[in-house]
Amino acid sequence: MASDGLLNGLKLYGSWASPYTHRVQLALKLKGLEFEYIEEDLTNKSTSLLLHNPIYKKVPVLLHGDHSIVESVIILQYIDETWTDNSLLPSDPYERALVRFWCYFIDDKLGTTLGTVFKSAGEEQKKAVSEVHENLKLVEGELQEGVFKGRRFFGGEKIGLLDIVLGCGSYWLSVFEKVADVKLIDSEMFPLFCSWLKDFEEQPEVKEIIPAIDKLLEYAHGVRQLMLSLSSTAGDPTTTTTTITGDDQGSKD
Amino acid sequence: MAREKGVVLLDFWVSPFGQRVRIALAEKGVDYEYKEQDLFNKSEHLLKSNPVYKKIPVLLHDGKPICESLIIVQYIDEVWSDKAPLLPDEPLARANARFWADFIDKKVYECGTRLWKLKGEEQEAAKKEFVEIFKLLQGELGDRKFFGGETFGFLDLALVPFVAWFYAYETFAKFSMDEECPKIVAWAKRCMERESVSKTLSDPNKVYEFVLFLKEKFGVEY
Repeated sequence: MASDGLLNGLKLYGSWASPYTHRVQLALKLKGLEFEYIEEDLTNKSTSLLLHNPIYKKVPVLLHGDHSIVESVIILQYIDETWTDNSLLPSDPYERALVRFWCYFIDDKLGTTLGTVFKSAGEEQKKAVSEVHENLKLVEGELQEGVFKGRRFFGGEKIGLLDIVLGCGSYWLSVFEKVADVKLIDSEMFPLFCSWLKDFEEQPEVKEIIPAIDKLLEYAHGVRQLMLSLSSTAGDPTTTTTTITGDDQGSKD
Repeated sequence: MAREKGVVLLDFWVSPFGQRVRIALAEKGVDYEYKEQDLFNKSEHLLKSNPVYKKIPVLLHDGKPICESLIIVQYIDEVWSDKAPLLPDEPLARANARFWADFIDKKVYECGTRLWKLKGEEQEAAKKEFVEIFKLLQGELGDRKFFGGETFGFLDLALVPFVAWFYAYETFAKFSMDEECPKIVAWAKRCMERESVSKTLSDPNKVYEFVLFLKEKFGVEY
């Protein structure tokens, strides 16, 4: 029997610790789509990866037959529009616009400031921590007052696009707290966000995708030591660090 | 509190991001009220409508705000879907259009800003980068009439407002887009044949004067 991945012609190039890769894996799982997964060594990128994503040279890359799609939020929308059962985006145009906006915000602001917390120390880190808090407050506010008020997930009773984008990566909050020795979230400061995250992480499909916390901790420890030692010699962060801090950049689409 | 009915656009006259929205609304034949914003003294209305970024453009539809130009354009395309489709139908073509529009957002304005802000070697580096960006876009265009193929679409309107800035960039950084990327310049001329584009884009001389004004206020973000 042919490989299941080949039935849909789907191949995913990713990295095990990349939240952007997890987003795509989760979306494919929620849609019930089989795919072939190829783990990339980000310190030694394959010719295939460079061929399929020549502009950014990053993971994740989804190959559907001969065509490559890159940038995680663009990939998610592609999956949703190609396999239309179990919609990830809402049908109402205004709600779709809000989902896209918050996806953009998550990558543009939340992800970036979280990355800075991880990469820095001292005053710079303190500033980044308070920025993360400001950003989480905005998300908490949306859950309290906005269109998503009263829902179990942003997508309603089931996980949607915004849950996937925010959820895959939020586990870094607790990892960074331990590794960088900072306070990022608690249920007093962000009660709705925390209960949403707990619910998200308990979904069976999510449990299957997210790596074990101790594996993530070990990885993050190593990367942070490397980054701190590099920044003290005024070097550029290595490729491995971008897995956590942004191996693909947020997009508005 | 009653929501104001209809379509309102909070915008700034020279903003290429705002112009994307204006072109989309014109293509769809949507009536709207344009409200010019003072970006050096932001109004309560703007701050309330876009509390996260406090930026223009913001589209208000029956009082409900939508922010970020490409998100607004997709909203317009989905609500007024009976006329002038902007995004293509097919998922792969849509993903491709979104990819390049996102690329434009990540690269063009920031690099363009360095062309007039910097001098010497740094400016030379920015110029090289700017030309590379547009050469990639030129490659994507190929020999087609528009990025959308035969019809003007999402990716065309995502890029075309920046054409009004070419004169300013060329003058400050001393180069010619016509020499470096002739197909882009030819594509721009075809876009300008559309009323939605020609009536929206700023006069390049006015853009140049605006950049001079920004240069005097060096370091002020707009």
